[in-house]
Amino acid sequence: MTTSPAAKLANANTRVVIAMSGGVDSSVAAALLVEQGYDVLGLMLRLWSDESAKDSRNSHNKCCAPDAIIEARAIAGQLAIPFYVVDAQQIFREQVVQFFLDGYSAGTTPNPCLECNRYIRWTFLLNEALSLGAQYLATGHFARVQRKPASWQLLRGTDAAKDQSYVLSVLNQQQLAHAMFPVGAYTKAEVRELARGFGLPVHSRRDSQDLCFLPDGDYRPFLQEHAPATLRPGAIADSAGRQVGMHAGLPLFTIGQRKGLRLAGPEAQYVVAMDAVNNTLRVGPRGALASTRLRAERVNWVSGVVPAEAFAAEVQIRAHGRPAPARIIPEGSDGVTVEFEAAVQSATPGQAAVFYAGAEILGGGVIAS
Amino acid sequence: MRPQVYLDHAATTPVAPEVLAAMLPYFSEQFGNPNSVHRWGQQAEHAVYAARQQLAVSLNCTAGEILFTGCGSESDNLALRGAALAAQAAGRGSHLITTAVEHHAVLHTAQQLADHFDFELTLLAVDAHGCVSAQQLADAMRPDTVLVSLMQANNEVGSLQPVAELAAVARARGVLFHTDSVQAASQLELDVQALGVDLLSIAAHKFYGPKGVGALYVRKGTQLQPQQTGGSQENGLRAGTQNVPLLAGMAAALQLVQQRRAPDNEKFLQLRAALIAGVLQRVPESRLTGHAELRLHNHASFVFRGVDGNALLRRLDVEGVAASSGSACKTGDPRPSGVLLAMGIQPEWARGSLRLSVGRATTAADIDYSVQTVERCVAALRK
Repeated sequence: MTTSPAAKLANANTRVVIAMSGGVDSSVAAALLVEQGYDVLGLMLRLWSDESAKDSRNSHNKCCAPDAIIEARAIAGQLAIPFYVVDAQQIFREQVVQFFLDGYSAGTTPNPCLECNRYIRWTFLLNEALSLGAQYLATGHFARVQRKPASWQLLRGTDAAKDQSYVLSVLNQQQLAHAMFPVGAYTKAEVRELARGFGLPVHSRRDSQDLCFLPDGDYRPFLQEHAPATLRPGAIADSAGRQVGMHAGLPLFTIGQRKGLRLAGPEAQYVVAMDAVNNTLRVGPRGALASTRLRAERVNWVSGVVPAEAFAAEVQIRAHGRPAPARIIPEGSDGVTVEFEAAVQSATPGQAAVFYAGAEILGGGVIAS
Repeated sequence: MRPQVYLDHAATTPVAPEVLAAMLPYFSEQFGNPNSVHRWGQQAEHAVYAARQQLAVSLNCTAGEILFTGCGSESDNLALRGAALAAQAAGRGSHLITTAVEHHAVLHTAQQLADHFDFELTLLAVDAHGCVSAQQLADAMRPDTVLVSLMQANNEVGSLQPVAELAAVARARGVLFHTDSVQAASQLELDVQALGVDLLSIAAHKFYGPKGVGALYVRKGTQLQPQQTGGSQENGLRAGTQNVPLLAGMAAALQLVQQRRAPDNEKFLQLRAALIAGVLQRVPESRLTGHAELRLHNHASFVFRGVDGNALLRRLDVEGVAASSGSACKTGDPRPSGVLLAMGIQPEWARGSLRLSVGRATTAADIDYSVQTVERCVAALRK
């Protein structure tokens, strides 16, 4: 991992912006870039400040809390790189938080991390990086970019347990051409080891995969405050359409959930669907969770080329799920139907279906049904 | 190698070599506590005495009227809270007058007095330059007014207030007058008799002295309630062992400012003129903020329509120009400055604020480079 003097000299003319969070992954990423001799600038996004949590240090949202800014600034100081905080509160609220609230209002389980990567990190922040004269934007994600003769490939991170390619499935060729993931080829254990070697703090706040803008990571009080209409009580109906109970709000449940339904009956019941129009939670036996096909919308093809015909791939339907063999049938410019070889459990509208060929991410879309 | 131009002397200045030399003996050699009985203490006490004498000469007051503090903000806090609470305790009233364009050290202190200590606060409206008139102040005076605080020069837009005229209005009614001279001290006369003020704040790091030390002039007979209690240092008005080396540095720095004032100001004026003319000529939809002539000699401040001021600062820094949007703040707060809004500047302009302040080491070439860089960066941000 040591860089030759000649390579360092070559890298000195390449400016790289590292998106810093104060956490160990982005800090090590920054240190690796500095070691490789790049002209490194640190940026930190200020995404959200929850006014209601302002007075309570403990209930601060994890991301971009003052503490995180102090930590990131300290690391930038230690690495002797310039560091700037970039305010993105307005665009984050419009593009990510609103999407999150709308998703719950529509009876889905939205994944705002994908929207954040699509619009905030890899559009807003990338533009800021390019405007500061950088050729690359680097992040602490566990993923890899590989240059092919005429294109860029997005690959899973080497550490299967920490791989974050799922939330990066929204990236396109223009973005990948400017993307660097310096820790993507390492395992988390190696990253911690590198942090020690660089003299960086290795204690980490919770991994930043949870929803960063939620105080204490709990979305329910957040919805109560920002979208109280989503938390209306309604009926629980079984597969035959009979009302079998009441729920306190659709967002309090996810597909496949069994606990908290408080239903009597001989057979265990699971949440199988959310009917936002009628504010009804649909439940059924375990078998009803299995599905062999799903539809996804807003599909991004990493290569930029919409496949002309159906093809085989592995499809992952949750952030840390196991990829399942499937046939992908493109429909129009941004839809697909996915037919699984074997049934998958609890495909959840609002989450992403991401298509892989081995370690390579081919693309992904938002599960519609 | 890119040029590195420091145009943020309104935020802070480098310690002058003479000032550093004046401080050095008091760190490890003459390290005594000025409050001790023994010779070490006497040596340190003499240094504090000499610094106080020197500062008294610079401000045209007596040594007993100089109170040492830890910074400009502390001086402002002690002036406002100390004078207001003492007047209130004496039953003289509970009305304060200031403006919305004061430094937060004054404004937030006044607001706290209003919110939590039963004071009434009048914020005088400022004109388009950020200034108030003696007539406005006279009209706002009430029988229960106990303190007026108006800054000598504005930190964000550089405008000068007619402090002597304003102080005369207060004095005629027997009301205490405080001025925040923190930004003015590097260039303007601080003659407290000519100004006619009762309280005046300064901070050494704004005039080529060290950070972490300030002073408050307190006219003899002015009642202050101490805000930091403990030992009897500083006439019992500010407890705590005096920071001997920094006090020596502050006194030396202010003496140096006075010695160099004419040539320094002459140089600053030339650089400022080139800076203002260059930016206004070369950057479309740009405006000078603050008064065109009645402003600090080293201070140029602008607004650019439709530009994100924070993004501009980052770009300028990457291009080697150190500037500020108006105050030394790096939280990236996107809200436009309250000072600019109070002056009636529209938000779409006020968000794109830039302050460039020159110093002793600034050269004409620095100005040329900065003007070109500002032009380039603003144009790029508008694309």
